[in-house]
Amino acid sequence: MDTALKPPVIARRPPVRSVGALAWLRASLFADWKSTLATLCVAALIVRWLPDFFNWAVVRSVTQPDNAACRALDHAGACWGVIAEKYRLILFGRYPFDEQWRPLLATLLMVGMLVASCTRVLWSRWLAVVWIGVLAAFFVLMRGGVAGLTPVETARWGGVPLTMLLSTLSIAAGFPIAVLVALGRRSHLPAIRTLCIVYVEMIRGVPLISVLFMASFMFPLFMPPGITVDVLVRVLVGITLFSAAYLAEVVRGGLQAIPKGQHEAAAAMGLSYWQTQRKIILPQALRMVVPSIVNSFISTFKDTSLVTIVSLYDLTGSLALALGGDANWRQFYLEGYLFIAAIYWGFCFAMSRYSQWVERHLNVGHAH
Amino acid sequence: MAVIATVIWFLAHNTVENMRVRGIQSGFGFFLQPAGFDIGESIFAFDSADPYWKAFLVGLSNTLRAAVVGIVFTTILGTLIGIGRLSRNFLVRGLCTGYVELFRNIPVLLQLLMWYFILNEWLPPVSEALNPFPGIFLSKSGMSFPVPEWEQGHLVTVIGLALGIAGAWVYRRWARATFERTGVARAMFWPSLVIVIICTLLGWVAGGSPTALELPVRNDLNIAGGGAVTPEFLAVTIGLTIYTASFVAEIVRSGIQSVPWGQTEAAGALGLSRGQSLKLVLLPQALRVIIPPLTNQYLNLTKNSSLAVAVGYPDLVSISNTTLNQTGRAVECITVLMAVYLTLSLITAALMNWYNARSAIRER
Amino acid sequence: MSEPIIQFEKVSKWYEEFHVLRDIDLTVAKGERIVICGPSGSGKSTLIRCINALEEHQEGRLVVDGIEITDDVKAIEAVRKNVGMVFQQFNLFPHLTVLENLTLAPMWVGRVPKKEAEARAMTQLARVRIAEQAGKYPLQLSGGQQQRVAIARSLCMTPKIMLFDEPTSALDPEMIKEVLDVMIELAGMGITMLCVTHEMGFARSVADRVIFMDQGQIVEQNTPTEFFAHPKSERTRDFLSKILSH
Repeated sequence: MDTALKPPVIARRPPVRSVGALAWLRASLFADWKSTLATLCVAALIVRWLPDFFNWAVVRSVTQPDNAACRALDHAGACWGVIAEKYRLILFGRYPFDEQWRPLLATLLMVGMLVASCTRVLWSRWLAVVWIGVLAAFFVLMRGGVAGLTPVETARWGGVPLTMLLSTLSIAAGFPIAVLVALGRRSHLPAIRTLCIVYVEMIRGVPLISVLFMASFMFPLFMPPGITVDVLVRVLVGITLFSAAYLAEVVRGGLQAIPKGQHEAAAAMGLSYWQTQRKIILPQALRMVVPSIVNSFISTFKDTSLVTIVSLYDLTGSLALALGGDANWRQFYLEGYLFIAAIYWGFCFAMSRYSQWVERHLNVGHAH
Repeated sequence: MAVIATVIWFLAHNTVENMRVRGIQSGFGFFLQPAGFDIGESIFAFDSADPYWKAFLVGLSNTLRAAVVGIVFTTILGTLIGIGRLSRNFLVRGLCTGYVELFRNIPVLLQLLMWYFILNEWLPPVSEALNPFPGIFLSKSGMSFPVPEWEQGHLVTVIGLALGIAGAWVYRRWARATFERTGVARAMFWPSLVIVIICTLLGWVAGGSPTALELPVRNDLNIAGGGAVTPEFLAVTIGLTIYTASFVAEIVRSGIQSVPWGQTEAAGALGLSRGQSLKLVLLPQALRVIIPPLTNQYLNLTKNSSLAVAVGYPDLVSISNTTLNQTGRAVECITVLMAVYLTLSLITAALMNWYNARSAIRER
Repeated sequence: MSEPIIQFEKVSKWYEEFHVLRDIDLTVAKGERIVICGPSGSGKSTLIRCINALEEHQEGRLVVDGIEITDDVKAIEAVRKNVGMVFQQFNLFPHLTVLENLTLAPMWVGRVPKKEAEARAMTQLARVRIAEQAGKYPLQLSGGQQQRVAIARSLCMTPKIMLFDEPTSALDPEMIKEVLDVMIELAGMGITMLCVTHEMGFARSVADRVIFMDQGQIVEQNTPTEFFAHPKSERTRDFLSKILSH
């Protein structure tokens, strides 16, 4: 062997053909015949469809609420005018026209609260109190009847505020139920454990629509004769019970991930069951499953669209309301669908991005 | 404890009271009465004189029909897209990522409604039906396709198919035994396929080569003959497939990524080819991670088929709803509905537990 | 000195813009046992991973057992049949038993009948003193046991060259000795060995040559006695003072 020391070699740039934009493109798109074929197919698809779609959606579209111009288009371009014409009906349902500043304000309040809840800085006990305040304000604004606001019955609530109300309230009310059920499933009392298991498995085994039917048709039967229950309340109860079952599984996952040592340490310190849960176990478990809770919220938000089937006019249902009866605008349903799809998508996508951010930055993960 | 008992008693008492006050009868006897409504789509004959329980059966068959077709296609589509998300080709990767992010974040009901709308708007009326392939017609009334006319010869063909499958299974056992005995690996896939095909063909020839196909024929008013599916069915299956595939893609992707890179390296370092390392090392481990959430998605798809009621496809929920409105027997109808779905869920959960127990990677 | 089995000629490798291996010239003779040491990021793992083409080099010529390493898949597979590798993270296949882990490659690559493959496997397991665990699954074993199984797995293919990439770095201290003992025994069998490790005791007792790498280059190489007693370069002395002090 050659034991002599050699002069040090200074670092060089890599050879041209292996780095740089051109090399990267070649490695990415044309690495082998399959990749090349795929690239050509995708490129062909893009070239074929994208300009046509762009023409339809942007170039030849009509944005003014001008029915004659839209009809003249004859589907050659998008009629965004239908949105311009009907957006208030779509967004707010049958809420009285003049009072629509109220649902707008209520929705903004709710969205603002949600965004505030996401910023870590504000996580404290006061958050729950402020939430209750915001929910109360929401109801007051929507319902009216106090402070000089004209009363608006719940049957006329619709559109975005209704979607927000249903999803937020069902998660907010479902959450305590979920925690209790999750704890109940791990209880040593067989009766409670069985009850919780039956509840969760029954709800998770059936579609939401059947739970909504149950709430809609069977709930009035559970009340003492003579008492009628508002449709909105029935549906809310249905969705809440549904979300609570799924949330219970999420919380249970978090509880299972807490090492036994925590329980033992708390017992050694002389804490009671409820003290242990409240002070030691739950805070850790819930922190762990925040991303899953956000995912539950996304699912519930999407699921609220089902209330159209039980005749509540949320964002999906209000479209039928806006366009279904109007012979002039009915043919532009597609643009309407795209509009509300975009709203749903924007909201859900933002929430899923947030969930991923939480997973990364709070050092939490899937608690399986 | 006492609280719960009180609550349950309170609910039951009210229910009985209410039903007495409103004159609602109870009992499942009404299931034997004639239904009094027609069902737009069914794989076996049904008319309004048939009893309610038969209507429910039709509904169940429709649900299962949509679910099975949906599950097959969503698995294929979802797997392709999941693999595409891991591609080195950034166009393919971007397209697949875009697909997942788009369809995951829009409510499934909205997607079903949109597909129904698109099919209704953009398919031509029956008189101008599209004919993309011979024997297949697409129009506002749905899709018609040729079905073989059942004859004696077909039975022999099916027997041939069964023999072919048995033969292929025997071949695979023999090939495996030979491999273990001598170390020479024999191809598994192509010979099995060839055996199945040849046996089926032999059966077909032996049965007299029946070629009679009932072809849909275009006449003045409509398309007659052949098998048909309604646009409602198409909307439900297409919508469910595309929505669920976005979730399946994520499951497949994370399953593949869950296998540590070191496994592939170790397999390569031992001299295994790419194909061998995929088959022997990567896939077995990835499938263990993929299959449990995948069966969950299958269940979700089946449950989501209940939304067919919104586009007018007569699935179980839709029929239950009609019955409920006609007879007022809310409790019975909803109970049957939930019982059926619960059974499907429990069967799936049991299968999954069995699979998990059998394939679990054993640790300390 | 026997004929060379591994030949590096001005081999260079880049990760993106980072020049990780710089003009490496190295000749390894058949049966030679080499220990490679150096600070982290010096490229020592990358060096040995180039030998069985787990890493691709961009410049220079690398010949292993008479076959030149290029992008040719067939050539790479041929090389890998004769080169065994033991990883820091063991990388045993968790869904197969210990015995199945060992018989996998002989059956599917070496076309060895199952009975013979199993017999071979049991021999190797006995050599690493773990024959009684043949029916267990990898995750049921301790770290030291798993690494010994990994060594046995590579040996089942009767390789001409054995590569060790920090084999004891992921082990609890009490298990390092059992693995090192196996490696010392292996060293006495005539297989060419290249080992990246911090275990200097192993280097002293077994190595024919110790190589010190820093910043992608071979800074110094010598027999173990000379290397530890009279390190020539300042960087070598610096490194040795850090790792030999505790």
